[in-house]
Amino acid sequence: MSSRTFSTGGIHPDAKKLTSAKAIEPALLPEQAVFPLSQHIGAPSVPCVNKGDKVLVGTLIAKPAGQMSACIHSSVSGTVARIDSVTDSSGQRRPAIFIDVEGDEWEPSIDRSDSLVVNVNMAKDVIIDRIRDAGIVGMGGACFPTHVKLCPPSGCKIDTLIINAVECEPYLTADHSLMLDSPDQIIVGIRILMKTLDVESAVIGIEENKADAIELLRGKVRMVSGIEVMPLAMKYPQGGEKQLIEAVTGRRVPPPPALPASVGCVVVNVGTAFAVYEAVAKNKPLIERVVTVTGDSVSNPCNLKVRLGTSVGRLIDQAGGLPQDTSKIIAGGPMMGRPLLGTDVPVVKGTSGVLILSGKLAARKEERNCIRCAKCVEACPMGLEPYKIATAGELGNWNVAEESWVMSCIECGCCQSTCPSRRPLLDWVRLAKNNVGRIIRERQSGK
Amino acid sequence: MSSILMSVLVLGVTGLFVGLALFAVARKFSVDENPKVKQIEDMLPGANCGGCGYPGCAGFAKACVNSDSMDGLMCTVCDKEVMQRIADLTGHSIDSVSKRTALVRCNGSCENRPSLNRYDGARSCAAAALQNGGETGCSYGCIGFGDCVSVCGFDAIHMNPETGLPAVDQEKCTGCGLCAGKCPKNILEIANIKDSRNRRVYVSCVSRDKGPIAKNACKVACIGCGKCVSACAYDAIAVENSLAYVDQDKCRLCRKCESACPQHSIIALNFTQRTDVLPSSIQQNE
Repeated sequence: MSSRTFSTGGIHPDAKKLTSAKAIEPALLPEQAVFPLSQHIGAPSVPCVNKGDKVLVGTLIAKPAGQMSACIHSSVSGTVARIDSVTDSSGQRRPAIFIDVEGDEWEPSIDRSDSLVVNVNMAKDVIIDRIRDAGIVGMGGACFPTHVKLCPPSGCKIDTLIINAVECEPYLTADHSLMLDSPDQIIVGIRILMKTLDVESAVIGIEENKADAIELLRGKVRMVSGIEVMPLAMKYPQGGEKQLIEAVTGRRVPPPPALPASVGCVVVNVGTAFAVYEAVAKNKPLIERVVTVTGDSVSNPCNLKVRLGTSVGRLIDQAGGLPQDTSKIIAGGPMMGRPLLGTDVPVVKGTSGVLILSGKLAARKEERNCIRCAKCVEACPMGLEPYKIATAGELGNWNVAEESWVMSCIECGCCQSTCPSRRPLLDWVRLAKNNVGRIIRERQSGK
Repeated sequence: MSSILMSVLVLGVTGLFVGLALFAVARKFSVDENPKVKQIEDMLPGANCGGCGYPGCAGFAKACVNSDSMDGLMCTVCDKEVMQRIADLTGHSIDSVSKRTALVRCNGSCENRPSLNRYDGARSCAAAALQNGGETGCSYGCIGFGDCVSVCGFDAIHMNPETGLPAVDQEKCTGCGLCAGKCPKNILEIANIKDSRNRRVYVSCVSRDKGPIAKNACKVACIGCGKCVSACAYDAIAVENSLAYVDQDKCRLCRKCESACPQHSIIALNFTQRTDVLPSSIQQNE
């Protein structure tokens, strides 16, 4: 019997996991750490330190601005140099806190021992408060605040927690290496999440190419009731929330504004589960994460445990320096990652990888006219008609785009990568989605 | 033979009855339209640009007839004479109708603002603006794919291949504002013209980056130093968020700010060459 996967669309890009066999190495401490105030979906955080303040590792430096926002903690000890702006991975200049590093002193409240805390006896509210105070957001890249996800809207009965360990993006191995490195901590994290959501069953969805991780986790969950490891067939974008829910449970999430909670599922990234363990059991806020530094011409591709705020350039140096033929540096994977404008961009909570593409791989080929082959329709995992939405976006026909369900688009890029005419479909779809989203918000606020 | 006659007769009689019925219906349900609407519509340029804020020229004509005064009604394309004729027809009066044109508030040419990276996505300013802050160090300036050019219905704005920036043909520009609405970076300003030669003094920069960052990114960026503010005798210039702005309605075209600007980001447009304004005269004023 072939393994489970989602039914509609999807593509099979070359996996190119150059770093899957490599253990996590600690990254060097930066000389200056930069913390952009927008590291999550929602309102930017509000700084609560001033220039010249001394901070320790784990000190709160920015408070959330509202419910849909997150705390930011310093990942280094030192002095606040200034509060200024920095070009982040979105390519825009945004406000950020700059901290000059001096030594490596931690907040005394953080438990830095290696001992595993197995039993966490805390009330639900206390756990959610700890997760919020630790500034945890979805670490797969979407950066949705986790404490919001753990409080599903009333009326939705959650019965399954799905742990996203799919990592379907080519090149990236951050989640894979984390599972091999800290499986016990991840499982305690999953149990904490299960308790918080009040669910009896959790499923860890992993793609088949990570056989070692599947075997390891299967061995670990044998003695734990309610957690199942489910191998999934390889297909991109299986790590998409809706695709993963369908692959694991067979349920399909209705179009927006419906949430995954409406079909009784909550999806949490495996990296987030680990961060939840550290926050709840060890009282350690989200200050570091695993980042894959990779690329075909990189001399030493590796998985690094990086303090947030370290510049991408420093990680590249540790991976053997920037290759001569570099033409694109991407934060994230090749499908959904964002091209960076320079190497000064800091690592943030959602940076799962730094990918360096050389000239030939990075260049887009010349665009030609649409030949109506419908390959994009076949590839779209949401069952949309990308050619139609893209044309609407190009011409500014926002109502056509809205009627074609542009808001359901997950921006996975399958359409663009299959297009034989090399049309920049995703660019136009993003433009349409942006405008339609604005129009919908205006309409709602007008009423 | 009789069958031919019969069919002609049947068709003829049916046609006659249907015709009469249509005539009666048309009479009964006829809509009386004010003939002035049609007259005004004939005076208007018929470009349907939407610059007046109404749906096309017909919509504007209807609004002219239905409103009590000409306040807020202005065809940006027509000259004063046409507006006067429309006002005469509707029996209203107009106080002052001034023509407007578009100003390009970015001078970040390839030479002034070197590219640091290359964008190879969809050829549209709006799509590129979503992706990142642009190819240069300045994330406020012109992106250069010409969204403004594609939307102009009067052939009045074109990309200058040398500078990579849009250039407005002051003769053809009607100030309808379509280009300004389309620009994702809001670099185009629609301002009332000041004199017959359409002379202007304006800050050709929209960068709100702090001085050093702006200066690094672009040779002619406004750094918000405020020298123009002290040079201006008419209180027409204000600096906000490290960016100077010349209020076109207050400006008296003295050009003192132009020579005071250390970054050469203030531009004087449509002036004849003048040699008498020297930096020394500015210092005396200060």
